[in-house]
Amino acid sequence: MLKHERGGHLRIEGLHLTLGAFRVNDLNLEVQAGEYFILLGPTGSGKTVLLETLAGLHQPERGRIVLDGEDITYSPPEDRHLGFVYQDYALFPHWTVAENVAFGLALQQQPRWAHWFPWMGGRYRRAAAQSDEVREMLALLRIEHLADRTPKYLSGGERQRVALARALVVKPRVLLLDEPLSALDPQRRENLRRELRRIHEALGTTVLHVTHDFEEAVALGDRIAVLHQGKIEQVGAAETIFRKPATPFVAEFLGARNLFAAEAVDGENGMARLRAHGVDVLAVTDLRGKVHFTVRPEDIVLSRQPLDSSLRNTFQAEVVEVAPRGMLAYVTVAVPGEGGDALPLVAAVTSRSLEALDLHPGERVVVGFKASGVHVF
Amino acid sequence: MKQFRNNRLLWVFALLGAVLVWFIAWPLLRTVLAAGPHMLWEAIQEEEVRAAISLTFSASAAATLIALILGVPLAYVLARASFPGKALIEALVDIPVVVPHSAAGIALLMVFGRQSFLGQLFGKVGIRFVSAVPGIIIAMLFVSLSFLVNAARDGFRSVDERLERVARTLGASPWEVFWQVTFPLAWRSILSGIIMMWARGLSEFGAVVILAYNPMVAPVLIFERFESYGLSYARPVATLVILISLVVFLILRWVGRDVEA
Repeated sequence: MLKHERGGHLRIEGLHLTLGAFRVNDLNLEVQAGEYFILLGPTGSGKTVLLETLAGLHQPERGRIVLDGEDITYSPPEDRHLGFVYQDYALFPHWTVAENVAFGLALQQQPRWAHWFPWMGGRYRRAAAQSDEVREMLALLRIEHLADRTPKYLSGGERQRVALARALVVKPRVLLLDEPLSALDPQRRENLRRELRRIHEALGTTVLHVTHDFEEAVALGDRIAVLHQGKIEQVGAAETIFRKPATPFVAEFLGARNLFAAEAVDGENGMARLRAHGVDVLAVTDLRGKVHFTVRPEDIVLSRQPLDSSLRNTFQAEVVEVAPRGMLAYVTVAVPGEGGDALPLVAAVTSRSLEALDLHPGERVVVGFKASGVHVF
Repeated sequence: MKQFRNNRLLWVFALLGAVLVWFIAWPLLRTVLAAGPHMLWEAIQEEEVRAAISLTFSASAAATLIALILGVPLAYVLARASFPGKALIEALVDIPVVVPHSAAGIALLMVFGRQSFLGQLFGKVGIRFVSAVPGIIIAMLFVSLSFLVNAARDGFRSVDERLERVARTLGASPWEVFWQVTFPLAWRSILSGIIMMWARGLSEFGAVVILAYNPMVAPVLIFERFESYGLSYARPVATLVILISLVVFLILRWVGRDVEA
């Protein structure tokens, strides 16, 4: 049985931490049991150190770390039952894949006295490597065929799967992931992202995943916290954060984007039909089900007249706001959808075409963008 | 060989280097070739020679064992922790390499001699250093421990600390992490340190001769025969020792090559 009874509930209260140049001041965070929580922050914002502190590898100056109601702030790492996956995986190079995965399990299963004679641990590790738990975990991550290989000869994606299996097999109360996808090429990243979702759904582990990649955050996170200079700037669901950035930093870090959560179904010509805010948008993608999509403001065309038909997505909309920014102007429009809902879109137009269009809030306008301009993930 | 084509600089440098290579190889080869097999055989049959050689090997092994028990933990501390005075300790570990070994012998005599506090303390439990095997062992230990400590320290340093951290999060205590992750990964370096230290101990003369002329280790025996009876009498023993050292050296190279692979 690989499935967790229930993921752990993690609470961080008033955490203060200084390590080298990195500082955390009064960090507060709550991760719900079974949640996939993303900590999003720019590179170098100290996310690794924060995760290591949660794992017990550094001591905070003040504050508490509470796991399932138990204060673990000063517990040694081996008593916390938190899984850890490093960005470059840190696999044990002197063991096979199966032994890597079996290590934590062997430590749990070996007799108590064996802890005092760790040079005998190999025997328990090799036995655990043959156990059903390890085999099931290798199967879950689709790496059974690598069981007897050494990490040296694995690809990045394979290593990442081994690192995940090794952390998950001991049923951690919370799985800490440190930029788990950023060392991979885009194709593998996409695959592994889906894998992470699937594994999270299969096991129900609480996940705390740090990343600097906003797409990754949106695609995976139930909730996202934006971290900046050791402080949480905002916590919430992806769309909320993008729609209503709480601080200037969040707005700038995420950029002006049209980001929506949507339900993807089959559309015409092999395209997908994405339903967001009661509006159907056509996109070129293989993804179905719950997805997110973005449209770059520069890719959206505004017009007074009906648009030419090569644009798959054309809508009648109402101008909500016109915001000139030097050479460009951002025009927010609302596309009315079913059930009184409306899809808010931001379009970037040059100030010259804004002059020609002569748009004002409350006026009607035609908006259009290509199906291939819709980025789904 | 391809690199030598049209490269005069490489030729000149190679010729200069060849002088040095000849300078090392020729005396060794000359000694080994000059002694016929029957001479070596006679030398081996001498009780005194056999005793000296086996004493040399076992005393050096004992010194290495002591350094293993005390020096490997020190190497781990130096590799993993930072603390005030660390640079000083690292320098101190290197000092035996640069101190003249006879001076090292004098220094040891000051601390472990018969009149010294430690000498008397150990004397109470029957351990004598001057003119005794324990003296040979501490002399060898003193002059060769740097090799093991430094090799082990570099070995530990080359083990990614995050491997240790991951192991902790998987439920291993620091003790378990050391034995299951760090030590096995540093083992190759430690092993080559062991061989280097042991080989260095075998060849020690200066410090040993001051603490314990008797019982005689092989280098002292060679010296004594040369002083008392002359070159031809010292040569078979020297040849034997060179041959044995050569074998040790080959093992060392073999282990070193494995580290890279």
